[in-house]
Amino acid sequence: MRRRARRRGGVPVVLLVPALLGLAFLVLPLIGLIVKAPWTSMSSELDGGTVWPALRLSLETATSATIVSLVLGVPLAWLLARTDFPGRGFVRTLVTLPLVMPPVVGGVALLLVFGRNGLVGEWLDSAFGITLPFTTPGVVVAEAFVAMPFLVLSVEGALRGSDTRYEEAAATLGASRFTAFRRVTLPLVAPGVAAGAVLAWARALGEFGATITFAGDFPGTTQTMPLAVYLALENDPGAAIALSVVLLFVSILVLAGLRGRWMGGAV
Amino acid sequence: MTPPAADSAAGIEAHLVVDRGSFLLDIELTAHPGEVLALLGPNGAGKTTALRALAGLTPLTGGRLALDGEVLEEPATGRRVATEDRPVGVVFQDYLLFPHLSALDNVAFGLRTRGLRRAEARAEAAHWLKRVGLADHAAARPRALSGGQAQRVALARALAPKPRLLLLDEPMAALDARTRLDIRSQLRRHLAAFDAVAVLVTHDPLDAMVLADRLTVVEGGRVVQQGTPSEIARRPRSDYIARLVGLNLYRGTADGHDVRIEGADTALATADEHSGPVFAAFPPSAVTLHRGRPDTSARNLWPVTVRGMELHGDQIRLDLAGPLPITADLTPAAVADLGLSEGSEVWAAVKAAQTHAYPA
Repeated sequence: MRRRARRRGGVPVVLLVPALLGLAFLVLPLIGLIVKAPWTSMSSELDGGTVWPALRLSLETATSATIVSLVLGVPLAWLLARTDFPGRGFVRTLVTLPLVMPPVVGGVALLLVFGRNGLVGEWLDSAFGITLPFTTPGVVVAEAFVAMPFLVLSVEGALRGSDTRYEEAAATLGASRFTAFRRVTLPLVAPGVAAGAVLAWARALGEFGATITFAGDFPGTTQTMPLAVYLALENDPGAAIALSVVLLFVSILVLAGLRGRWMGGAV
Repeated sequence: MTPPAADSAAGIEAHLVVDRGSFLLDIELTAHPGEVLALLGPNGAGKTTALRALAGLTPLTGGRLALDGEVLEEPATGRRVATEDRPVGVVFQDYLLFPHLSALDNVAFGLRTRGLRRAEARAEAAHWLKRVGLADHAAARPRALSGGQAQRVALARALAPKPRLLLLDEPMAALDARTRLDIRSQLRRHLAAFDAVAVLVTHDPLDAMVLADRLTVVEGGRVVQQGTPSEIARRPRSDYIARLVGLNLYRGTADGHDVRIEGADTALATADEHSGPVFAAFPPSAVTLHRGRPDTSARNLWPVTVRGMELHGDQIRLDLAGPLPITADLTPAAVADLGLSEGSEVWAAVKAAQTHAYPA
């Protein structure tokens, strides 16, 4: 790994103070969560019967949403990075829109499209008998909607940074554009894809607004961990804290595991 | 789309036109199977653009490209065979070996895309690695290879799918001087064994002279000279080549043995008789220097000022300013005897017998 040469000399106070404040601001809530966690009664708090189904559902839907994002998002990123078509800038803006849009608005929009009477939902229902809202696949749809832009942006950045001449070299060796993508480009941008997948997975795991709007809050089928935390907070704050701690540790575990093995400091 | 015209000629017949607004490439090339053609020219002359056009990586805006009688590209008829469907192999300047594949899989890549199964492709690739002397490095990643080894893997990768046109872009440029000597002779051997057309792009005259059967000198997007290496070395038609082969070259108008030099108020007596526009050239070793005006029969005699000196092999190369800009080679002993330094004013003489003129 490269190491940047550091300039000698002290750190200016004007930079140091806000930097330390920023660090404290980011870390303190986590410390608070750990300090306040009911460690002694942890097992009984988590025994309510909602935790493990919710955790399992969260992990399953977040992983499914990440897979959906990979399958659709990587080709989309390729299209944005490697082709030139009119309105490409506009399409790029559209792709990033879910990043800045309030997730609840996303959930409402999903309902309007995939709801029983929605643009696509009505056809899905009549043609295949598929309904998405308030089902587990609906959770995946909601999570993928908010998570995919992270993956697309990450992969597009990696593609733009990679040397297109490798693709030219592949073409001179008889590789079609798809073969070149599959056998040369994709392996070269794998770290960027992995980073994007981790970001998307983390975003999907924490998804709340779009999920509760589009998929509702049914224990066992659509109640993910963030939803369970929020609901527990109203009648059992201790359980909410315990759930939060579990969610936090799951995130840390997965990030740490992936970072070491896959990303080599890419994020 | 029109069917490809049935050219009987094997090899390449190309009229490459690439108009990029600020730069226009317009050159004609022909080469027969078994022939190595070098495109020689300074940086920015359009050599690499020509090579990319041959490979189909840069589209032609005009002209026509045919290989072994098949038209690969002709903008006027809209015909264009995509790069991946052309029977070409390219050795890129920095090789562009796929960093995530072993040397063996790099060489097998072009065989796999052309339909060979993995095991067959690998066996064939292993054979090619052996031919370039890298059987021991089959499992190595490109990062672990030296420059010379990477160049040989790149050559094996380009040759393995048996292209009808091999393109080499400055194949020696990334190598250090010592490796270059080695690789040049190996490359010469592989090119001699190659039975289709090879086109080599280089700015190094030595590479061009050693490796190529025929040279095309390109400057500013145009062909300024074509011929065998020895023809071009003896009778350069541009300053670029003259400098490369170490000749003093002037353009002028001949009247018998005398050539009136363009842009200079002097004439040059030459060994050849011509009339009209000519090039006149003499080697730096034909120049003799004298402290005072020599008592000589030489008619090519001018007062000059030493502008620069540098070691050139076992000689000292002098840059002389006067009625004509002259490059002269002297032994270190002669330089010491004359007490020359930058700014010295001396007389330069050139024997007419060593000065040649040829039609421009």
